[in-house]
Amino acid sequence: MAEKILLWMTVNGEARSAEVFPMARLLDVIREDWGLTGTKEGCGEGECGACSVILDGVLVNACLIPAVQAQGGELLTVEGLARKGELDPLQEAFLHHGGAQCGFCTPGMLMAGTHLLAQGGPGDEAEARAGLAGNLCRCTGYNRIVDAVLAARREHP
Amino acid sequence: MAQSPIGSPVLRREGGAKLAGATQYTDDLRIPGLLHGVTVRSPVARGRLRAVHFGEGIPWEEFTIVRAADIPGRNAVAHILEDQPCLVDGEIRHAEEAVLLLAHEDRALAELARTRVRLDFEALPAVLSLDEALETRERVWGEDNTFKRILIEKGDPFDWAAAPRVHEGTYRTGAQEHVYIEPNAMIAEASPDGVLARGSLQCPYYVHHSLQALLGLPPERIRVVQLDTGGGFGGKEDFPSMIAAHAALLSWKAGGRPVKIAYDREEDMACTTKRHPSRTRIRSAFAPDGTLLALEIEFILDGGAYLTLSPVVLSRGALHASGPYRCGHIRIEARAVATNTPPHGAFRGFGAPQSLFAIERHMTEAARRLGMDPAELRRKNLLRPGDTMATGQVLRDAVDLPALMDRALAEIGYREKRPLDARLHERPGRPRRGIGFAVFMHGGGFTGGGEVFLGSVAAVEGTVEGRFRVLAASTEIGQGATTVFGQIAAEALGCPLEAVEVARPDTAVVPNSGPTVASRTTQVVGKLIFDAALALRKTLLESGHLAEGGDVSAAARAFIAARGALRAESRYQKPPFVQWDDAAYRGDAYATYAWACYAAEVSADSRTYEVRVEDFVAVQEVGRVVNPTLAAGQIEGGVAQGIGWALSEEVVWRDGRMANAQMTNYLIPTSADLPRIRAFFEESPYPYGPGGAKGIGELPMDGPAPAILNAVQEALGVEARELPLTPERLLDLVEPEAADG
Repeated sequence: MAEKILLWMTVNGEARSAEVFPMARLLDVIREDWGLTGTKEGCGEGECGACSVILDGVLVNACLIPAVQAQGGELLTVEGLARKGELDPLQEAFLHHGGAQCGFCTPGMLMAGTHLLAQGGPGDEAEARAGLAGNLCRCTGYNRIVDAVLAARREHP
Repeated sequence: MAQSPIGSPVLRREGGAKLAGATQYTDDLRIPGLLHGVTVRSPVARGRLRAVHFGEGIPWEEFTIVRAADIPGRNAVAHILEDQPCLVDGEIRHAEEAVLLLAHEDRALAELARTRVRLDFEALPAVLSLDEALETRERVWGEDNTFKRILIEKGDPFDWAAAPRVHEGTYRTGAQEHVYIEPNAMIAEASPDGVLARGSLQCPYYVHHSLQALLGLPPERIRVVQLDTGGGFGGKEDFPSMIAAHAALLSWKAGGRPVKIAYDREEDMACTTKRHPSRTRIRSAFAPDGTLLALEIEFILDGGAYLTLSPVVLSRGALHASGPYRCGHIRIEARAVATNTPPHGAFRGFGAPQSLFAIERHMTEAARRLGMDPAELRRKNLLRPGDTMATGQVLRDAVDLPALMDRALAEIGYREKRPLDARLHERPGRPRRGIGFAVFMHGGGFTGGGEVFLGSVAAVEGTVEGRFRVLAASTEIGQGATTVFGQIAAEALGCPLEAVEVARPDTAVVPNSGPTVASRTTQVVGKLIFDAALALRKTLLESGHLAEGGDVSAAARAFIAARGALRAESRYQKPPFVQWDDAAYRGDAYATYAWACYAAEVSADSRTYEVRVEDFVAVQEVGRVVNPTLAAGQIEGGVAQGIGWALSEEVVWRDGRMANAQMTNYLIPTSADLPRIRAFFEESPYPYGPGGAKGIGELPMDGPAPAILNAVQEALGVEARELPLTPERLLDLVEPEAADG
């Protein structure tokens, strides 16, 4: 069995480390070692996007990233969005538009939306739908999620 | 005066926590001393278990191991019957049936150990489909593989030989997987002293009931708590009783240590319940002018290996089978059959989507064959207030179905677009467009005498701080129950929303307000809360602590200071007009219905046979809308599930097992697959609902599939009768010669 490595990363702006096997899933490190359970596991094979996080500016499925690949990286999870207990504009927009129902896809969806906004998008509804298509939601039919992302873009350009 | 709470787009109560990622679902809890439970399952659909072999390389002595013989009470998941065992005891009746339970502190080791258990069994011939069950070559249940039969008859026998125009069709729907994004998970701590089961579930008292039989404990030693739940859709109605049973058995054997069983996606998809596959045969007779004269419907559901909830699903399907039509002669024969697949269970709509798909496809086919516009055929035959439905129920709802239909057709541009579609069809090689629609209803609350049988109770209590607490077993699973309950209680109490709390469903704290199913949470339980809150207010008024227009919170504080406690309960009472004869299947099948017309515009690619929904309009009459944001969210989400069922969601069966138990190849719609779903509400207050509200949770599952396949008929001229309508199925219909090659 492989030796454990010391994984160190910047997580939501803070330095964190963990002793983990190199091929441990980043998802398990986030949830088990760091106790950041906002990031969810919906399928474990990169289909549903519930474990979406932003790693070095790239939207990734944390269930598919081995720890060793994240070494030294900068990680943003759902817990890093709110500032001093205040929801960020995208979270506020989700709340007001009804973008969260059961809430289980929501953290991943927020990360996908955050990534879209950071890229300067989405310009219109079609771009929003294409940009969020890697994240599955079974409750909403997506209208309100799309509306929330578009509203956040409009109100906080 | 401030806007009343009912009718306002109040923000979701638990929304802030969900958006911050702070909500703790079952698998998010950290519990000291936790064991991880896993389930060893049968690989065959039918057989006899001979022996269990524990393989090399696993420290078995470190494991807690449970088999059927370890069960202290009855080896059953108690529901309508106790036919379904928790663990196989000799006889295997379906693939994935639980045989053995293992628990260990190390989750990865537990997973590995599961693969090292070898089951020695004798395989027996299995019944793997509805059609095979009907052939009865193999008998797996009773004399003829039948769980339940229902017959509904209206009018004298019809003389089919004299019918001017007759149309016949057979319609099929496949299994559908719920795909709530949070897989099932449960944590139990169990010993003869008592049991605590916590987890992702819809119906705390179902689990409570089932654990009593399993463990042989009195009800007061069992406590079930719902944790935050990431979607249910019926999939967490009955199956959590099984998972709680397994976790409790492991904990019991492990001396009361907490045990968690959290399914991964594959196990959840392959092993838990799905929507019942169906086959519906319809024969209809029409007068030359399109008047519907007679309907003969045979409705069959595949119930899977155990009875579970199938009789009730069958009942709802049968009661919706003749659709929203006036018809003098109706005969509906419904039958749920047994097979050797995992039991099919509750899924949003509960049998009605299957039978409504059939009748709504049938009506459009019949219209085209009669040379009529499908809207005009329906206009001639839609139910009107005062008409009599299949069970003899007189329609009391003040609903104008032709007006609902006209609104949906106007919104989608039915009249304007269809001539354009015809011109588009003259250009070969281009996607073809079509508009289809369906008119339908969904009964709110339990079928027939079900609500009376349940006798649900909800309560409202005051606190020393002058706040109010709603007590109900109905669960928040994403639909907005706690928000709506808060609105209803605030309205009846006459207090601000902020003064109302909604208790977490915990059988040690809340009364049994029944299961969170059947579009009953707002309509039925909401009414109990409304009435309990009114009673509490009345107590305050009569005590002299509250004057009309006074501060309810201050009055509650004063009352509690003087008298100690402030609480009011309400028990279900049926609306006085409701009469139901369950033996004859006659009477008021539901106290009220939600009514709708859904319209879809599709494009069908004439090269790939891919069907896309380009526009979707959902018009419904749902009584008073309690929360416009949440109500629209329910409709939009239900429509999305209906679109998936119609076009892409196919459970592929291989030897009685789900062969595509992955999100990779079981395809639910993404944001890019769906158009904007446009929901519209008509509000006609229902006198027996809270503030006039009716149930809406299941309604949106009923309409999309027939609307979409009706649109495909307009686009391509084919009579598609099977769901899902994948490109392969459509190719076979359009180019039958290609199918032969």
